[in-house]
Amino acid sequence: MIFSLAIYAAPYSSQASDSAYRFATALLDQGHKLYRIFFYHDAVHNASSLATPSQDEAHLPQQWLQLSEKHGIDLVVCIAAALKRGLLNQQEADRHEKPGFNLAGGFTLGGLGQLVDAAVTSDRLITFGN
Amino acid sequence: MGILHTVNKSPFSHSTLASCLEVCGRDDCILLLEDGVLGAMQSSPCTRQLTLAIQQGVKIYALSSDIKARGLSEKLLPDIQATDYSGFVRLSIEHRCVQSWY
Amino acid sequence: MAEISKKLLFVSRHAPYGSSIAKEALDAILAASAYNQQLSLLFMDEGVFQLLPAQEAQEIGQKSLAAMLPALSLYDIDEIYVHQESLQARQIESRELVLDNIKVIDSAAVHSLLARQHQLLSF
Repeated sequence: MIFSLAIYAAPYSSQASDSAYRFATALLDQGHKLYRIFFYHDAVHNASSLATPSQDEAHLPQQWLQLSEKHGIDLVVCIAAALKRGLLNQQEADRHEKPGFNLAGGFTLGGLGQLVDAAVTSDRLITFGN
Repeated sequence: MGILHTVNKSPFSHSTLASCLEVCGRDDCILLLEDGVLGAMQSSPCTRQLTLAIQQGVKIYALSSDIKARGLSEKLLPDIQATDYSGFVRLSIEHRCVQSWY
Repeated sequence: MAEISKKLLFVSRHAPYGSSIAKEALDAILAASAYNQQLSLLFMDEGVFQLLPAQEAQEIGQKSLAAMLPALSLYDIDEIYVHQESLQARQIESRELVLDNIKVIDSAAVHSLLARQHQLLSF
């Protein structure tokens, strides 16, 4: 079965992103396909390359990237939600003349159409919010 | 094939579980997770509606890791079934779609 | 995107302004209107507060959601529902609402609305 996840909550502030990660690994363990994870609202912070949790804490941005590399999952961050919260890739940083960028490679910025596409393409869309 | 409802808020501070129960159908299922597992306690403000829903055939599950993390294993309503993330995945497959109440 | 048309219901349950999730739900359904899907929108719980007219959101430096809502019909989103019991609990009359084509439905009808969708987009 094809799944996609929509995550709307910031990591480290609430449990939602961590729950989404555990759900993702469980569905992959059962042999299902995870088509896309769409990060919207405060969940854009899951994509920060600058997140520096202490060593005894989970590193969610890194965990998403490892999962994506291993299973070929599309990690899409809503561009409008990301930019206003200060999550930029190099292209957007250049365009807006910002001194740096912090979107971890492996995440892509995309529009809300990608959320709709995930809903249409997948058999199940599961939302994790707070 | 009903709907799987997930609830992640405590009924002691939010009306999320009450709202979910209000529109929940007989062939639906509710999964309590995160602070939502507080709704599975014997002292939950939604006990009456939960019991009624269970009698009508609604299945209520609570995520075991969230129950254990909060030290609630001994304080749960008897008719609530514990499950893990693989169970959560299976429930999402057995139902036609998922409504997240948060 | 796949050439299939699915029934997608956007469920909007949060009050405007205190959190931006209500606005972001509206942005999402407006964006979805470009993809030839069968869209509908349900307001319930605190989400019904988005439907009050006379919102002067500029007072808090925001854009009025009440002013955005009429755009839904311009985007051909006409299946718009509000949960009757959520209105009653907040003593809001359906004739007060900013959308006059909105369908007021009770809890049982909300259940059957949810049960005939392919996917639920929960906000």
